[in-house]
Amino acid sequence: MSSLTKISVSPHIHSGRSTAGIMRDVLISLVPAAVAGTVIFGWTALLPIAVCIIACVGFEALFNLIVKKEQTVSDLSAAVTGLLLALNLPANIPLWQCVVGSLFAIVVVKCLFGGIGGNLVNPAITARVFMLVAFGEMAVSAFPVDAVAGATPLSAAKLPSLLDLFLGNYGGAIGETCTLALLLGFIYLLVRRVITWHIPTVFIGTVFLFTFFYVGFDAVEALSLTMAGGVFLGAIFMATDYVTSPSTAWGKVIFALGAGLLTCLIRYFGVYPEGVSFAILFMNILTPYINQWTRHKVFAGGVKA
Amino acid sequence: MAFHLHGIHTPHRKNTAKAPTVRMSAPKIVTIPMAMHIGAPAIPTVKVGDTVKIGQKIGEAAGKVSSPVFASISGKVTKLTDYVLTSGAQTAAVVIESDGEMAICESLCAHEVSDRTSLIEALRESGIVGLGGAGFPTHVKLDVDPARIDYLVINGAECEPYITSDTVTMLTRGEDIAYALRALARALGIKRVVFGIENNKKEAIEAMKKMAASIGECEVTVKALPALYPQGGEKVLVYHTTGRKIGMGKLPIDVGCVVLNCTTLAAIGTYLSSGMPLTEKCVTVEGGAVKQPQNVIVPIGTSLADLFDFCGGLTEEPDKIIYGGPMMGITVQSPDCAVLKNTNAVLALTKKEAKLPKTTACIRCGSCVNTCPFGLAPIAIAEAHDKGDTEALKALSVDMCMECGCCSFVCPANRPLVQINKLSKQLLREERMKEEKKA
Ligand code: SF4
Ligand code: SF4
Repeated sequence: MSSLTKISVSPHIHSGRSTAGIMRDVLISLVPAAVAGTVIFGWTALLPIAVCIIACVGFEALFNLIVKKEQTVSDLSAAVTGLLLALNLPANIPLWQCVVGSLFAIVVVKCLFGGIGGNLVNPAITARVFMLVAFGEMAVSAFPVDAVAGATPLSAAKLPSLLDLFLGNYGGAIGETCTLALLLGFIYLLVRRVITWHIPTVFIGTVFLFTFFYVGFDAVEALSLTMAGGVFLGAIFMATDYVTSPSTAWGKVIFALGAGLLTCLIRYFGVYPEGVSFAILFMNILTPYINQWTRHKVFAGGVKA
Repeated sequence: MAFHLHGIHTPHRKNTAKAPTVRMSAPKIVTIPMAMHIGAPAIPTVKVGDTVKIGQKIGEAAGKVSSPVFASISGKVTKLTDYVLTSGAQTAAVVIESDGEMAICESLCAHEVSDRTSLIEALRESGIVGLGGAGFPTHVKLDVDPARIDYLVINGAECEPYITSDTVTMLTRGEDIAYALRALARALGIKRVVFGIENNKKEAIEAMKKMAASIGECEVTVKALPALYPQGGEKVLVYHTTGRKIGMGKLPIDVGCVVLNCTTLAAIGTYLSSGMPLTEKCVTVEGGAVKQPQNVIVPIGTSLADLFDFCGGLTEEPDKIIYGGPMMGITVQSPDCAVLKNTNAVLALTKKEAKLPKTTACIRCGSCVNTCPFGLAPIAIAEAHDKGDTEALKALSVDMCMECGCCSFVCPANRPLVQINKLSKQLLREERMKEEKKA
């Protein structure tokens, strides 16, 4: 027994968490929202979901093939982008637009910046904003609640009931209306320790508080407006994207606070009806700076010691 | 005391803690390297054909920071050979063939120590080095102005998975430990001793508390610490036992502490009370490929192959053989390697145990940043290292990294973070050397 054995650097064991495992958990956490969307908007909602996932994975595979990079689709992040993008779109969206949006998300936002981990902004969000700008009308019709909130003076009468808002029984993007389903996904992500509570809680809390003051201290209306539109979907699943959100707890709080405030500013005072995507996109861009500001203190002072 | 530092919950796998410790029968042959410590390798003092007995000196310390080496079995020196260390460096080694007697050198005798000078004099001839892993000569570590020592911190944390040899030492060698504490208290005027032991070792904590009650020379306290890796890291341990923070590039003595591993302490006790230098080690032999995992008392220089045979052999070809624990241990290139002075465990891990996930690009999950006990940002260090940006590396305090491996352990992208930190520190070392040359 004098064979040579394997030499490697420590540590020699691992927690077992993997990139693909995390992405799988995100996919699972989005299942309730996808199911709810299908129930609410009919089985045709499955078409954009399928097209976006297939297109995203396909484009990433194709890109890697063309530029001769190692294949990365097995890390499941392209599938996550596809599903998230679809959940942000209306059920009746023309499928060719889904394909174009996927192409933009995967190739322009992600692959051209070096693939997973390299992108500066969230691919699904950016593609959604791109589609809003490029295909204007179609996309806007997907966001009736935000459109109402932005275009006319707010009034609770125009909003669905709290129960309908909670169950998602109103118009909007496939995955954004059913608050219950989104909360189930949030709990799953927390239990699996994929994300921490900071970003979703602070984001949603900020929107609620701002709205509460804005509508004149009417809690029911503030809650309705917070549940309506894309706040929950954005706060739980888009703003928590690892690549484009800060690492430390304080960084996450600042990020979420900024995103919540911007969402409200755009919603209530801006020209665009859809605040969430723009707000997250903007905070994505600030993330590297937030990361620098909020770095942990090194034990015993580090360099300065 | 302030906050508890971050750490990780590794699997414990301390299956050998309850199994009886067995003494290995004399191996047929031992290969004893001259470099088993930090500092200059010892110089062999025996020649081929000499007969030696256990405890007899076979290697003389070469200079101040060095340590003598002793025969671990009785028999005949059959070869002076070259030995390849895990670092790749070569060193001399003495090969002894056993006469089967395990006869002990007659001239060994107890050492009375009364002050710093006599203690250091005695320990210089003990062959004792830091047994927790580092292998720093103990007589050098203890050779400090006694007035500077506020605390003697005893490391019984044993936070690495699998390893239980320190625990066994605390359970079975209480007398040696007490003897050493009394001697150190007398010689160095130490007033306060703190044991740091992880709270998953209840029996060891009880045993040390009992032992502590018997000591009148100084105040001995036993602190149960959360079982959170890397509790036994020197700076982590000192902070959690005394509340004192050791800064970058500083030593425990800079904050009034001396840290000794509990097994080192036991070895000091044995040596002072009987004169027997360091010739054997209690080693945890573990891992999925080992048939009978257990703690074995082994003569230093025994080959790992013989050690595995003693433990019933290997059940399958191990993926890796490791000196020490799976978090910071070093892979061994061949089962012919020997048990060294600072070997506290030998692991033969199966493919399944040593499985690492697929390496992907960093997904910026922040786990490494949120896990590092020292608040370092491995992800930022990796970026700075890629760019070769030494200024940024300095600003990120990379020299503070203790290479505990928590960051790599949690990284879902399986990035080689510890390795990058080591390389970054190397980069800064080289830069400093260049600057010194210029100056
Ligand atoms: S843990 Fe790994 S994947 Fe996560 S930020 Fe650190 S280096 Fe990147
Ligand atoms: S950066 Fe260094 S000290 Fe921090 S977790 Fe990684 S190895 Fe440990």
